[in-house]
Amino acid sequence: MNCKGAEILINSLKKQGVDTIFGYPGGVVLPIYDVLYDSDVRHILTRHEQGAAHAADGYARATGKTGVCIATSGPGATNLVTGIATANMDSIPVVFFTGQVASHLIGRDAFQEADITGITLPITKHNYLVERTEDVERVVKEAFYIARTNRPGPVVVDLPKDIMDKFIDYTPDDSEAYIQSYRVMKGFNAGQVINAAELIKQAQRPVIYAGGGVIISDAAEELRELAEKRKIPVTTTLMGMGAFPGNNYLSLGMLGMHGTRYANYAVSESDLLIAVGVRFDDRVTGKIEAFAPHAKIIHIDIDAAEIGKNVAVDIPIVGQVKEVLHAINQRLEVVEEMSEWHQAIDRWKLEYPLRYPASIEGRIMPQHVIESIYDLTQGDAIITTEVGQHQMWTAQYYKFKNPRSFITSGGLGTMGYGFPAAIGAKIACPDKTVIDIAGDGSIQMNIQELGTAMQYKVPVIVCILNNQYLGMVRQWQGLFYKGRYSNTDISLQPDFVKVAEAYGAVGLRVTETDQVKDALREAMKVDDRPVFIDFVVEREADVFPMVAPGEPLLNMMGGDE
Amino acid sequence: MKHTLAVTVDNQPGVLTRVATMFRRRGFNIDSLTVGATENPSISRMTIVVQGDDQIIEQVTKQLYKLVNVIKIVDVTHERTVERELVLIKVKADTSVRTEVMQIVEIFRARIVDIGKNNLIIEVTGDSGKIDAIEEALRPFGIAELVRTGKIAMLRGCRG
Ligand SMILES: Cc1ncc(C[n+]2csc(CCOP(=O)(O)OP(=O)(O)O)c2C)c(N)n1
Ligand SMILES: [Mg+2]
Repeated sequence: MNCKGAEILINSLKKQGVDTIFGYPGGVVLPIYDVLYDSDVRHILTRHEQGAAHAADGYARATGKTGVCIATSGPGATNLVTGIATANMDSIPVVFFTGQVASHLIGRDAFQEADITGITLPITKHNYLVERTEDVERVVKEAFYIARTNRPGPVVVDLPKDIMDKFIDYTPDDSEAYIQSYRVMKGFNAGQVINAAELIKQAQRPVIYAGGGVIISDAAEELRELAEKRKIPVTTTLMGMGAFPGNNYLSLGMLGMHGTRYANYAVSESDLLIAVGVRFDDRVTGKIEAFAPHAKIIHIDIDAAEIGKNVAVDIPIVGQVKEVLHAINQRLEVVEEMSEWHQAIDRWKLEYPLRYPASIEGRIMPQHVIESIYDLTQGDAIITTEVGQHQMWTAQYYKFKNPRSFITSGGLGTMGYGFPAAIGAKIACPDKTVIDIAGDGSIQMNIQELGTAMQYKVPVIVCILNNQYLGMVRQWQGLFYKGRYSNTDISLQPDFVKVAEAYGAVGLRVTETDQVKDALREAMKVDDRPVFIDFVVEREADVFPMVAPGEPLLNMMGGDE
Repeated sequence: MKHTLAVTVDNQPGVLTRVATMFRRRGFNIDSLTVGATENPSISRMTIVVQGDDQIIEQVTKQLYKLVNVIKIVDVTHERTVERELVLIKVKADTSVRTEVMQIVEIFRARIVDIGKNNLIIEVTGDSGKIDAIEEALRPFGIAELVRTGKIAMLRGCRG
């Protein structure tokens, strides 16, 4: 077959099962867009490349499939950078295709040339600059293989224009990817599994600390079996929300900086910490020397480099979380109760539940909005967030039931992530209710994606918890900088209802507590366009409990009365 | 302490940058890094000398393994190896001290590879100890310029 590079590219994508691409065109990717013109691969045109990157990432998180994104060279490619770094920090499989100037111009500062493989080197799992049309198919195969296997992550493939234009004699090659220097991790150390099971049997005060790795490894069932067999309380990280049902009696909710008091107490008092698919992030551990001081630690992760990176552990097990948990479960019998330990935890739960101050003069408390969203969706929606106070309140007050139902930028903390990610998730899962819980600051970072949601009739609901502040930063200024609110008041802002309406979307404003649920119900009825709900909330509510950075987890502020 | 890692990598453009970027980003200190071809044209060999305790070396090794182009890493620090480094030293040496310098060259089995009006260029190969020693011996004459290749290492016997 005589084929053009761009045709081989799209054909190779189809062979990877790709049905949806998020992207934005430009000069050097014209050959690719020309092939897309009559291809059955759906291309979603966003309004900014960053939106395309986050949408592809949201698509990947909602489904577990590899997301695909495309942008032109130079500014198109550099606009992806935040999206690539976001996916990288949270181990999300996305393949990013960037156009590049023609091969003979590379290195000459040609128009719209950017060294995107150089730029993205430290924020990708791997990247490629394709040098020959003959390599296109192999590189696509390798890129998907690397993105989705072992610890997943983003891969960038840079495609010079001439490589896409060139015709070659092409015979499709359906072999599996083979990379001499990259092996998919198989099996695990069986001896360590026996040791882990023994420790679990002996433990009096065990806690499971579960993270995003459980979701990536599709191991929620196995985690639940372990917890329920041995009656072990489970706390999750932000990335682990949904790995264990938040309404299960063994759930402790989130731990760490804004974790529940009972989760942080339990971890601090535990004699065994079973760390599953986690990386001991500083937002989780607080002062690392004081983290789980009485506990032996079992650490299960696919990434060997995570073992011992931040804390020394007693039993490291490198392997697929799902397989390792399954093997451990097989060695354990059911125990009836762990009464003393559970009594202690129940006391903490009773004494220090999550709570927030009553509303003043009927103003809407932001936490109440999240509780209302939970009441109406019962944990069955896909929730995305932006970054800030609203994100932490979501993690605290929404009880996630299922894996892949919470989509948030945990590692990088990218404001502007939630709305495009929600669009990607809704396109992937059209039958699910998809809600972006947003801040008034964050939503303005990718608000242009209203255009995308309108064009493709994507009915996502954006709940803006509008405190007219960069609230999380204001909270820190209040706590650590004597209340000097430097550059965090954003009360000069657009009328979000009118912005939505200007795009043809639905805009609602809610100012009274007793209207919250009605507005949500109304929004859920809309099925052909996005809805913005502007919840005018209490301006100076703070997220509590809180552990100040670098403090031990036991030094929690707030949430105790 | 110093560790010597023998690292086999894909012989591809950009691999050196990937390795160097990883070291920079994670704050590991490279003492020296050499890279060259091997008997297999698709594979290159790096010898990396890095400072750190066991925990750091373990992290370095694991992070290196995560780079897709890294094939194999052997920590040869405590192994029986042959180690070599090549150095060129330009020494200030007018006629009055030349014989003295040439004696030192003789003792270290080094070679004089260029003679200028007021200086000599000396080539030495050996392990780091020998190189440090000749550098010390020549210092009193005045070293005008010095270049070291960095260390390369190979395991003795048939392992590795
Ligand atoms: C792109 C980006 N810039 C800056 C920050 C730092 N930051 C973290 S939270 C926050 C405030 C967010 O404000 P808003 O979206 O209104 O959320 P709120 O905290 O008020 O709920 C800022 C500026 C960030 N996380 N991301
Ligand atoms: Mg705000």
